[in-house]
Amino acid sequence: MRGRRTLWFWAFVGPFALGLALFTYVPLLWSVGLSFFDAHNTVTPTHFVGLDNYTAMLRDDAFVDSLKTFLVFTAFIVPATYVFSLSLALMVNRLEHARAFFRSVFFLPAACSYVVAALVWKMSIFNGVRFGLANTVLGWFGGDPVAWLSTTDPPWYWLVIVTVRLWLQAGFYMILFLAGLQRIDPVLYEAAAVDGARPGWTVLRHITLPQLRATSVAVVLLLVINAFQAFDEFYNLLSDARGYPPYARPPLVYLYYTALGQGQNLGLGSAGAVILALIIAVVTVGQARWLGLGRTDADG
Amino acid sequence: MTMSRRGLLVAGAGAAGAGLLAGCGSDTGRGGGGAKGAELSQWYHQYGEAGTEQAVQRYAAAYKKARVRVQWRPGNYDQQTAAALLTDSGPDVFEVNGPTLDQIQGGQVVDLTDLLKGVEDDFNPAVLAPKTYDGRIWGIPQVIDMQMLYYRRSLLKDAGVEPPATLDALVDAAKKLTTSKVKGLFLGNDGGAGVLGGTPLYAAGLQLVTEDGKVGFDDPAAARTLAKLHQLYADKSLLLGAPADWSDPSAFVQGLTAMQWSGLWALPQVRKELGDDFGVLPFPKDGGQGKPSVPVGAYGAAVSARGGHQEAAKEFVKWLWVERTDFQEDFALSYGFHIPARISLAKKAAGLRSGAAADAVRFTTDHGYAQPLLWTPASQTAYQDALSRIIRGGAGPEGELRAVVRKVTGELDRVKHAKKPS
Repeated sequence: MRGRRTLWFWAFVGPFALGLALFTYVPLLWSVGLSFFDAHNTVTPTHFVGLDNYTAMLRDDAFVDSLKTFLVFTAFIVPATYVFSLSLALMVNRLEHARAFFRSVFFLPAACSYVVAALVWKMSIFNGVRFGLANTVLGWFGGDPVAWLSTTDPPWYWLVIVTVRLWLQAGFYMILFLAGLQRIDPVLYEAAAVDGARPGWTVLRHITLPQLRATSVAVVLLLVINAFQAFDEFYNLLSDARGYPPYARPPLVYLYYTALGQGQNLGLGSAGAVILALIIAVVTVGQARWLGLGRTDADG
Repeated sequence: MTMSRRGLLVAGAGAAGAGLLAGCGSDTGRGGGGAKGAELSQWYHQYGEAGTEQAVQRYAAAYKKARVRVQWRPGNYDQQTAAALLTDSGPDVFEVNGPTLDQIQGGQVVDLTDLLKGVEDDFNPAVLAPKTYDGRIWGIPQVIDMQMLYYRRSLLKDAGVEPPATLDALVDAAKKLTTSKVKGLFLGNDGGAGVLGGTPLYAAGLQLVTEDGKVGFDDPAAARTLAKLHQLYADKSLLLGAPADWSDPSAFVQGLTAMQWSGLWALPQVRKELGDDFGVLPFPKDGGQGKPSVPVGAYGAAVSARGGHQEAAKEFVKWLWVERTDFQEDFALSYGFHIPARISLAKKAAGLRSGAAADAVRFTTDHGYAQPLLWTPASQTAYQDALSRIIRGGAGPEGELRAVVRKVTGELDRVKHAKKPS
């Protein structure tokens, strides 16, 4: 009996475990291995270089700059998305009618591909010529056309990047918040009203937010990881046939060019990937500890 | 720590295994006579011009000694081939924007020197040189592409501007030609850092890498020239954020800009839309030592060292890209607009004898420079980042260039000490 159970266990789990090992763990370990070799144009290098790739990567201004840029980006996009999607959720949650309609409307962008959204933003809304949508609107107020993605001073490209990301992401996190909001016991609000708490800020601050604690922790965690893994919309907005400009360059985009572009420096690229993975791991673990991931709403 | 050690073991075992496999692969490569029946796979990147794919299929079908399967690959071709060359399932014959020095040194491509015996002199030396390393040839140039400056005659005339012959004149002209509706010059949506690359340095009489493998722009003139590119940006003379980038002549023919840097490939479209109302120029010279410059490049046909049929593949490449001049002529001139890599064919081509096309051929011969083989992607990235910061960020060219020179020196050092191809 026991033997049969084991057999069935492996029959069901085996294929997935095998797939996971083959397509995730082996490449992962292989990449860690590569990071200790001089691996130009080969995945089976022979020239062991120890930690050279790591020191080279950490001394590489372009890589360190991209890490710094992304700390700043994270510090901005995480609170912005948080506030924006929470506001949407609160608004939709208060609706008496057509709630399902607005929920769907705000969620729809999440179903749009990053690539498609990036191209729409780049080519029709924020293109630099006078007939782009944003420039047409500017023109009504007598403004000069702005080359949104090409201007570095002021860095207008952030406006494009942040708006496309907000548009794509806010709906998804709104759904998470809505689920959280709907689990809050209405009795709490009634009790607060009886105790004289004015609806609005006081209720939000003392009832809604604490009750949303578990959802918030999960949302912030996901947002931070997403921010560090940014690639799609950056690549599609800013890269051209000749490469990627030296600003707003996410670490992953830089590594993509190092390891997989014509450079094919797979050792150096792997070292960068390991460094990035370590940073994400440290940040995530630290954040989970600090915010108390896994505690339930009731504990909060 | 245990994890990384295990990773090492895995990689080490993999390396040993692959070494064995590679050994087997080259042993079973057939001799010259055994080519019959071999099936070769040949890769091309996706050409935009109609009919090119059918043409290469036709050439392949005409080859009798082996069956050739053509793969037409859209998307990031350089990345695709680079990844495929790491495996045994890649192409036998492929066109490549190179091969790169790392591909040659890594033993990923096969020595093709013998194939060109007797006809080396018929290949344009500017494009054959970057395919040559260590005295041997690693790719056979297929067709030559070049870039140049297109200008709109009527707009220049209205503004009272002569076609610029120096970089200073270009800066002035672009400024004068800029109005509220039309910009003076389009160098790509990034302000020129990507497409110009080393061109301004050559126009200043400098080089990316010298003959003897040193940095070729460690010179105050470089900073002076690059600062003028920032001037173009600061004057707001540059078109930025156009819907189609520099490689597409749309911005130029739609009247968004009076001058545009683009490729020879754009010439038929420009001529169709604008008739005679345009002219072409090389990148204008700068400074006393300067001379005009245009970048030239060629896709090369290369043979993968990992394919199972190296000899058969070499024979096919020789047949198509050395012997069948009729196909080469057809490929260069019937679809897109390129200059044949063979001097004898370029001389015969009627379409290249007059007007802007003739100018382009003359620029290629007189002012053409090809990116040196020693200019590695890492050097390119460092230089292009710096150029971008100089043009758009207004960063000091001296400081930026110093950092680039340091980085490039390191790269040149690395490739000099890397192992020679076997």
